[in-house]
Parts: sequence; structure tokens; C-alpha cells
Amino acid sequence: MDKKILLSHGGGGEESNQLIHELFYQYFSNEILLKSEDAAILTTKGNIAFTTDSFTVSPLFFAGGDIGKIAIAGTLNDLSMMGAKPLYVSCAFIIEEGMDYNDLEKIVKSMTEELSHNDAKIVCGDTKVVPKGSIDKIFITTSGIGEVVTPGISAQNIDEHDMIIVSRDIGRHGATILAERESIDITSNLSSDCKSLWPVVKHLLDHGIKPKAMRDATRGGLAAVLNEWAVSSNICIELDEEAIPISEEVQGLCEIFGFEATDFANEGTFILALRPEQVDKALKLLHAFQDDQSASLIGKVTTKKPKKVILNTPWGSSRYLDLPKGELLPRIC
Amino acid sequence: MKQLQLKDLYHAFRDPKTIKSLALLIEKEAKKLSEPLHIMEVCGGHTHTIMKYGLKQLLPKNITFIHGPGCPVCIMPKDRIDHAIALANMEDTILCTLGDMIRVPGSKSTLAKERAKGRDIRPLYTPMDIIKIAKENSDKKVIFFAIGFETTTPMTAAVIKRVLDECIQNIYFHINHVLVPPAVKAIMDPGKAKINAFIGPSHVSVISGAKIYEPLAQTYQTPIVVSGFEPVDVMEGILMLIQQKNEGRCEVEIAYKRSVTREGNLKAQQMIDTYMEPRAHFTWRGIGDIPNSALRLKEEYAYLDAEKIFSDILPKAPVQDHKLCICGTILQGLANPQDCSVFGTSCTPNSPLGSCMVSDEGACNAYYRYGGL
Ligand code: SF4
Ligand code: SF4
Repeated sequence: MDKKILLSHGGGGEESNQLIHELFYQYFSNEILLKSEDAAILTTKGNIAFTTDSFTVSPLFFAGGDIGKIAIAGTLNDLSMMGAKPLYVSCAFIIEEGMDYNDLEKIVKSMTEELSHNDAKIVCGDTKVVPKGSIDKIFITTSGIGEVVTPGISAQNIDEHDMIIVSRDIGRHGATILAERESIDITSNLSSDCKSLWPVVKHLLDHGIKPKAMRDATRGGLAAVLNEWAVSSNICIELDEEAIPISEEVQGLCEIFGFEATDFANEGTFILALRPEQVDKALKLLHAFQDDQSASLIGKVTTKKPKKVILNTPWGSSRYLDLPKGELLPRIC
Repeated sequence: MKQLQLKDLYHAFRDPKTIKSLALLIEKEAKKLSEPLHIMEVCGGHTHTIMKYGLKQLLPKNITFIHGPGCPVCIMPKDRIDHAIALANMEDTILCTLGDMIRVPGSKSTLAKERAKGRDIRPLYTPMDIIKIAKENSDKKVIFFAIGFETTTPMTAAVIKRVLDECIQNIYFHINHVLVPPAVKAIMDPGKAKINAFIGPSHVSVISGAKIYEPLAQTYQTPIVVSGFEPVDVMEGILMLIQQKNEGRCEVEIAYKRSVTREGNLKAQQMIDTYMEPRAHFTWRGIGDIPNSALRLKEEYAYLDAEKIFSDILPKAPVQDHKLCICGTILQGLANPQDCSVFGTSCTPNSPLGSCMVSDEGACNAYYRYGGL
């Protein structure tokens, strides 16, 4: 049976009701949502962090995840990066008429699964269906509220001598999407890093790590985050090029198209600025918790060229690591 | 046989030890030079490698680099971009081209801006993708704005072959393929350039062979080394150039034996010759007209030639380059990007005035992104 989403599913009448009750309420079920009030009444302690993001991705399903997984992980990761425990999420779907009901269900299921890693709930939402051709299958907007457990984490906090750590190998999400779009099959081991970061962040915080800044390296990749930090904190970040963990699959793809892994998007990789004395402990915690050795110390903060990121090559030369251009286009030959 | 791994593409060619020891050898050998060596890297790919890997910092002062005309993006004149824009604005048309081309400014707009206005313009990853696009859009005209040097020409020829073999009715070609040797000749002939050595791009010679540079080495009495794009390749090429100079030789040598031969890929050359022939005139951005420096479709394939079929709508008037932009002088090896009065101020990669700032491989872009340290 291939049920499709119809315009009437967004019309507010019987079909809408059905979609909400049979799909969304069933998967997202919790006492706040099920009250079906005009707005959710929430309880929090202390300071809250609040963020929002919209998600579009093609293809909808890719190695390592799908748009639903990103829509939850992405927004909740933004909370985690501020040292806030994710609690409540709102979620709005804009769906193209004719979308497969089964695909929508798969997406909703994977959202539920991702919420469970964060122990967070969807407490309000909205659905719109738009005529075929107005959008590419589905757009999802999520907003999240979290409770700040470790205050004071900020991109403006970074000082000279701080150290820069990356939580795992970079560029997987961007490379996976590229490979799937271009149907490149030489990289069969490649999958997105898409993942909720709260569990690992909580682990670090619980063990006494006090990040000065944290950021997940989403669009624009490592290069964008570090350039933002360099400007926000008026510092120079010097990277040791050899220390940046990049998987062979990702590097290979970069070679073929002339891209840089540092420009590729990540969906479950974050960067930390730490006091030097916390580096070893943080790395040990990351390696053990993720059962993966790729977390690395990649650079340090200096005053050499404020507001700039410098890449030091293993053969003794250096260059700027610039902000990536908006649209990644392959080199010509 | 050992299976080829992705990392074989790059690992050995970025080995720090090898690069450092090549730097030492270069320094030793360069001490013996009787005059400074001004090496032109014909292709922007080398400019990019030199800047991106910081190789300049490893070289002695008497070795300098001069940027050649070798980037199809940099040298694309505005009137050709205007053609592409006019074609893309036709009803029911999909215009396809490669990568960065969509950012290059024409006289009033870029393909990227036209795309934002709703025109169907697609940057391809490989030219062959156009076959699929044409099949999925049989009610539309699909036009390939083909660009590139000797390297990419065979791919265009291969697409033409597929179109003919499969009788695909809705693909047309706007050919802008250009040739390296005539451009180098155009730069050297006025006698102003102080170039006394060349590094030739390996990918051009994978197709055309190293032999295409032999007349240049002879005429201008300069050593030429064909070299790959990895740091080790480039460093090895530089060392070989210095050695030639010190030994008083002016030959074409290959530093990229893993895939370049003197003759090149004869099959690819033959395929190009089947469909294309030199055009008498082609304007290079900044440089001007260079005779016999580009290709066009042969008369017998006029029914595939977008320039002929849609000639009514193509703008004809010649277009001037931006007044302040000195791309032409840079491409001729007479100036450096920093010599340009608007470098890094009114002209940046995000709002380029000239083509050298557009392409990742353009000299101004490479200096802007990686230079200044
Ligand atoms: S596109 Fe780049 S690599 Fe290709 S010929 Fe031009 S400059 Fe060289
Ligand atoms: S800096 Fe810009 S304007 Fe100046 S030569 Fe380069 S591309 Fe042209």
C-alpha cells in the first residue's frame, strides 16, 4: 500500500486530525503534547537556553541518518553546546503533497529515537501541506529549550594558550551527502556522523571538564567555526594540519573534487576550547566514551595574527585557513 | 595485485620528510644559479598548490613564481559568459557547465545570479551527467557550456560521442575549449616577460603529451618541466628546472612519470580531432585575441552547435574588462595580485571584479585565501 500525503492532510479537518493522532501523537506521545492545548506549559529550573533551526536535505535518507534524525540532533546539539541539557522541542513540518506516507513515518520514527538519546520531548508542533512542486518533499523546523547546567560557555571566552580539540574525524556528513548525490560508490564505508551530542557532553561535564567554548561544526565545517571563534574572541588559532583527524574516505573524496575536509559539514562533531591542563583528561574521556580514538588536540590559541586561523603544515610552512565559500563547487579539472 | 586505495591518491606525495629534503636540495642547487629563476606556472592548479601548501616559504629568494594563463575560469572573456547567460534565458532551457564557471562575472551578471532569478542552470560534477539530465528532460533544450584546457576537452568529446551514438536529440554544445601552447606563446612573444623557466601542468600532458611544450623550450630557450599537483611533485619539478638551468640545458622533462608520456593519450587526441578543430580567433580575458588558441565544433556537427543554432540571440558586441582590474597583466606574468589597487578591498572572492579572484585556482584568489603570512 503506498499511502501519499494529500493537501487535505494539512487542511485542519478530518484528515489532518488523523495524521496528527495516528502518526505524530503516537510517536511523539507525552503528557504535555497529548493535552493538545494551544500552547505547552513547561517547567524549568534556572536559566534556559533556547534555539531554533530549519532542516532541508537531499536525499532525505542517507548513510548514517535522515532528515528527522538531523532535525532533532541538530537543534538539541545547539543546546548541548551551550552546556544546556535538552528538555523540550517544538516541531513544524512543511510537507509536499504526494510525499510517501511511509517515508514520513520513517522520519518521525527516527526523530523519536533521537529524542530518546537526549531524554527530551516534543511538546508542540504544526503541520502544513503545500502543493506539489512548491518544496522538495519535506522541510522540518525544530526549536529547543534546555536547562543550563554549566553556565559561561561562550565563543567570546577564548584566550591565549587555550587549546583546541575536535571530538572526532571531520567532514563525514558533507562528504556522505555529496557522495550520495553524485552516486559515487568508491566510498562505501562512508556514513554521516549525524548524532546527538548531549550524552558525550554530559559525560565531559560530569567529569569536571569546563569548556571555555564549544560548537558543533555544522555547515561551513571546522573552518567556519574556528574563524568565527577567532573573530569573536579576537585571537589567533594555530592548527597543526597533521593532527586534524580526517578519514580516508573523506580525504579521498576531497582529492577527487578539489574540496577541503575542513569546509565540509558535520552533524555530530564538535570543537572544544579548553585550558591546557584539561586537555589530556578531556581526550581520555572522549576516547573512552565514544569508543573511538579520533578525538584529537588540533591546535592552540596564540596572538600571532588576531582574528585569523593559521594552518601549520608538517613540512614547516603555514597558510591561512579561510572561511569556506557559500556554495561548494568542484574544481574544473 | 594490491587493490588501489583512496589514500594512494595523495599520501606519498605529501610526505613531510620528502618535502623537507627536496627543499634542502633545492636550496643547495639554487646557490649555483647564475641568475634568478622566474618560473611561470602555466596552470592555476600549480599556483593553488604553491599557495595552499605554503611551498613559497620553503624556497630560496632567487626562485620566484609568475602566474600563467592556465585557468579556464580566469581566461573566460565576458562576452562568452554573456553568451551563456543569453542561452540560459531562452524558454525551456537547461544550461549546464562546470563548477566555478557559474560565479564568473559577465558584462552585467553571472550564471549564479541568473540561477537565483529562476533560470535552470546546473553546475555539473562531470560532463557525462548531462546525458541523464537530457533524458529526464526530453521536452527541454539542454546546452553544455563546455570549458577547459586540453584536460577537459576529451570529456566533452566523449559526451558528443554518446549523444551521437544514442541519437539524443536535445543536447547542444557551446564550445569554449582553449589550448595551452598558443597562450604561452602570446605571453612570451612580446619579449617583456622575464620568465626563464616553465612548470607545465601534468593533466594537460596526460592527454596531449609532454611533446606539446617542445617548440616552446626551443623557441624561448627555457627549460620546461611537466609536473603533477601534489607538493612533492611541484618541489621535484622546481628542482629539475634548477638542475637544467645549472647544466645549461633547455629541454622538456617529465616530473610526473606515473601518468605522463611524451606522446600523451592518442585515443583521446583522436576523439577530439573527430569532432573539433581550431578556431581562427578567440579572445582571452585580459590578454585579447590569440589566433588558433581555442577549439570549435567541426562544420559537419553544426546541428549540435549552440553558437550556430541560437546565433540570433547571442550578443555580439565586444565587452571591456573592468577598468581597475589587472588580471590581464597578471595572466601575462607582468604583475602580482598585490600590485592591483583593488586587491582584497573592492575585489574579494565574495565579490570578485576580475576573473582571477573568482576561481579557486585564480592567482588573486589563491593569494587572498592563503597569502599574507
Ligand atoms: S581549472 Fe585549474 S587545474 Fe584545470 S587547467 Fe585550470 S587552473 Fe589548471
Ligand atoms: S584583485 Fe581583482 S580586480 Fe585586481 S587583478 Fe585580481 S581579480 Fe582583477
